[in-house]
Amino acid sequence: MSLIHKTAAELGALIASGQASAAEVAEAHLDRIEQVEPKVRAFLHVDREVTLEQARAVDERIRQGEKLGPLAGVPIAHKDIFATRDMPTTAASKILEGWRPPYDATVTARLRKAGLVILGKTNLDEFAMGSSTENSAYHATHNPWDLTRVPGGSSGGSSAAVAAYQAPLSTGTDTGGSIRQPAAVTGIVGMKPTYGGSSRYGLIAFASSLDTPGPFARNVMDAALLHAAFSGHDPMDSTSIDAAVPDVVEAASNADIAGMRIGVVKEFGGEGYQQGVLNRFHDAVELLESLGAKVVELSCPSFTTALPAYYLIAPSECSSNLARFDAMRYGLRVGDDGTRSAEEVMALTRAAGFGPEVKRRIMLGTYALSSGYYDAYYGQAQKVRTLISRDFEAAFHQVDVLISPTTPTTAFPIGERADDPMAMYLADLCTIPSNLSGNAAMSVPIGLADEDNLPVGLQIMAPVLGDDRCYRVGAAVEKALESRWGGPLLKEAPAL
Amino acid sequence: MSVMAYDEALERYEPVLGLETHVELGTHSKMFCGCSTTFGAPPNTHVCPTCLALPGSLPVANEMAIESTIRIGLALNCSIAEWCRFARKNYFYPDMPKNYQISQYDEPLCFDGYLDVEVDGRTVRIEIERVHLEEDTGKSTHVGGATGRIQGADYSIVDYNRAGIPLVEIVTKPIPGTDRLAPEVARAYATELRELMRSLGVSDVRMEEGSMRCDVNVSLMPRGSSEWGTRTETKNVNSLRSVERSVRSEIQRQAAILAEGGRIIQETRHFHEDTGMTTSGRSKEEAQDYRYFPEPDLVPIAPDPVWVARLKSALPELPAVRRKRLQAEWGVSDHDMESMHNADAIEIVEATIAAGAPAADARKWWMGELARRANESGKALADLPITPAQVARVTELVASGTLNDKLAREALDGVLAGEGSPDEVVASRGLQIADEGELATIVEQVLAGNADAVEKVRSGKIAAVGALVGGVMKASRGKADAARARELILEKLGVSE
Repeated sequence: MSLIHKTAAELGALIASGQASAAEVAEAHLDRIEQVEPKVRAFLHVDREVTLEQARAVDERIRQGEKLGPLAGVPIAHKDIFATRDMPTTAASKILEGWRPPYDATVTARLRKAGLVILGKTNLDEFAMGSSTENSAYHATHNPWDLTRVPGGSSGGSSAAVAAYQAPLSTGTDTGGSIRQPAAVTGIVGMKPTYGGSSRYGLIAFASSLDTPGPFARNVMDAALLHAAFSGHDPMDSTSIDAAVPDVVEAASNADIAGMRIGVVKEFGGEGYQQGVLNRFHDAVELLESLGAKVVELSCPSFTTALPAYYLIAPSECSSNLARFDAMRYGLRVGDDGTRSAEEVMALTRAAGFGPEVKRRIMLGTYALSSGYYDAYYGQAQKVRTLISRDFEAAFHQVDVLISPTTPTTAFPIGERADDPMAMYLADLCTIPSNLSGNAAMSVPIGLADEDNLPVGLQIMAPVLGDDRCYRVGAAVEKALESRWGGPLLKEAPAL
Repeated sequence: MSVMAYDEALERYEPVLGLETHVELGTHSKMFCGCSTTFGAPPNTHVCPTCLALPGSLPVANEMAIESTIRIGLALNCSIAEWCRFARKNYFYPDMPKNYQISQYDEPLCFDGYLDVEVDGRTVRIEIERVHLEEDTGKSTHVGGATGRIQGADYSIVDYNRAGIPLVEIVTKPIPGTDRLAPEVARAYATELRELMRSLGVSDVRMEEGSMRCDVNVSLMPRGSSEWGTRTETKNVNSLRSVERSVRSEIQRQAAILAEGGRIIQETRHFHEDTGMTTSGRSKEEAQDYRYFPEPDLVPIAPDPVWVARLKSALPELPAVRRKRLQAEWGVSDHDMESMHNADAIEIVEATIAAGAPAADARKWWMGELARRANESGKALADLPITPAQVARVTELVASGTLNDKLAREALDGVLAGEGSPDEVVASRGLQIADEGELATIVEQVLAGNADAVEKVRSGKIAAVGALVGGVMKASRGKADAARARELILEKLGVSE
């Protein structure tokens, strides 16, 4: 079997045992990128030489006998929202076109330390604002299952790259579902760790209290290995949790869920949900029961108010976070002809540099934080946030994990929702509550929808620092389905 | 601009004061990153991703700055918050890298305190509303244009070395009832606050370098009224003297407007050292909306009460207490103590006494001769090129009879001129009281040359001896011990007092 068909764990083992070199493995993936990238368009930046240089350096470290982790030499596609010293970092915005950070994000640094080889920077919705990757200022990305459809978003470049076998692993960030939703619609595994479980340092901020870096992979174990490689306390991020990372790798290898209590969130299902999605979800519930889990339905009433609360909190924070893009110190500068004031240059630059969705959210957030409106909007949304956390707490007294469909529908056609922000926002209906409360949540593939043969994801939600439970349930589902299907959902690289 | 005479203004109106003081903390590193806070480095050399607000960077709070702020709060008799947060204050300005300042809003670290100040023998209690922690901005320099302000400048340059230096803001409650002493009270408060910061060792509080800056709020209400008037805020007043002058001039300006039936505009104003007047800055009537919200990049601060109690018990002796103690030790009057305080001489006098000088002598030299020199050269006492130990040595030389007052002044001259230590100056300038033999010879000469005076003294006009002593001093070029010369003259003339 060709190198691109190996799992990340297999590649790591081959490289560690000297049966393959990191450079060889990187080259195989770079070739695949070259071959299918014109159709998928998952990347904003690929630099073959920089990547091969990294790979050769890892080979050298291995030759020197350096003790590296299980993913040493394994290539990875990196979301273009993490600062990288050796590659441009743009957040898919014109305002940062060509910007090269003088520093590495903590996640980037930890990838390098673990010996992962960065293949390139993946596309996203500008500043991670969107659910389809169509809001990228550069180009849209195509779903490898059906090139006319979106790969989800905002981490759509990362999901597409893994689903297209351009990379075995990728990074994403999840603010309202930006890892789980793209994973679901591209048929791969995506994990949003507990907020504070992975460092935000060097991650270009969208909404600080929600942004969470996490892994993508084609199987649960690979996701766990990547999760373990870059997570854990970071003194550079004050909101990072100073506690041991749950043993996700052990959980991923322990697929036993007999006796586990699993809650189905009553509020997620029914009207507005695609029938094929609901069918696969019901199959998954039966599967979990057949594996010995005790499945109960329970209600989390505040979850229905999560979406509006999110669309006040996230824009409010982004209106402040994006204020730094002012043409003064880095990035785009427009209108600086010696006659205009600093204020005019700032305004012209921001008008030219931000896309429509980013502007919409900045304006929304600026309004929500305004004096006289704060209590009614931002203040009220924070109260809803507290209610959502309480619903989770109450639920986790009764069950070990909660489940729901990851998204109400399968991948929608490119362009379908581009002019309808409300329809776009609904893609994150089921994923947003976990961002507001900060708990761990994963999406694993559970088959194809009957009507369109496109992937459906199961969302597994666990308490704060209960990330390992997601992996345990995810691994159990994956194992059972693989034996039923005779292999993974994505058996081989799509022809494209 | 018309102004009203101060006395008349006070007859008709009663001032209400308020002060907001920013103090840059003397921590080694900045508030939210590890960059150095040293003043005077080449522009934009003490910067990093965080204080330049590069995309993706995050703040981490400086624990030492939080500790210093709590100590300031405790010294100002404040309550310390059990739980509080940082907040973002959003506004665009090129010298503010993030275009928001991390500050505190409705949850300050310290609140509800007071500071007592002495003015004109009276104790005035200044109530403190809050003490909170925030970060400084970068520093803009506007090049070209007449005013040095951004309006009209050809271009501006920004130095981000200052961006992110921890800044403590101390806000008073409105201060009514100071009456005609308002300017002095404002100055006394700023002085006391500065000393407090120094005694706590939390800041170098150099107003001229901007490490302490006062915003002075003034409003007037007509006598007999109980409703406060509209206030103005004079920003960034940067010397104690200017604090006092700006209050005085603002009272006079507002009084003139009110007397003509005008209306005070709520605005920020700037104080000009040269004219002693304030001019209009930015109008606050269209109040800027800072869209404060809790800083999501930082976790709340919840100071451990045990830690706070420990900080409280470890506070140093505070300046007012210390002054009372020193006054008793030195045996000086209230008036002398206050004038030493106002001249910022207490520390230096104390050091001189510690170096061996008697209290009265230390005070006499610093508040007399040296204060005069400082005044002439426009320097602070502490900035004169002479140390307390050197002054103590001069007083010792006088006490031992090596120098008299006149020679001592010459010795100080020499030290101030950089000629070395007092002993070196005495040696190099040949400053030495004449010895007994020398003195006797000079007395003989003077008596021989002043027959008239000699006759007067002999006939009982003892007062005439002064002229003879003067003659001796002149002939010795000041090196004689005047008292001993007088004794010798009387002895030679056989006259006793």
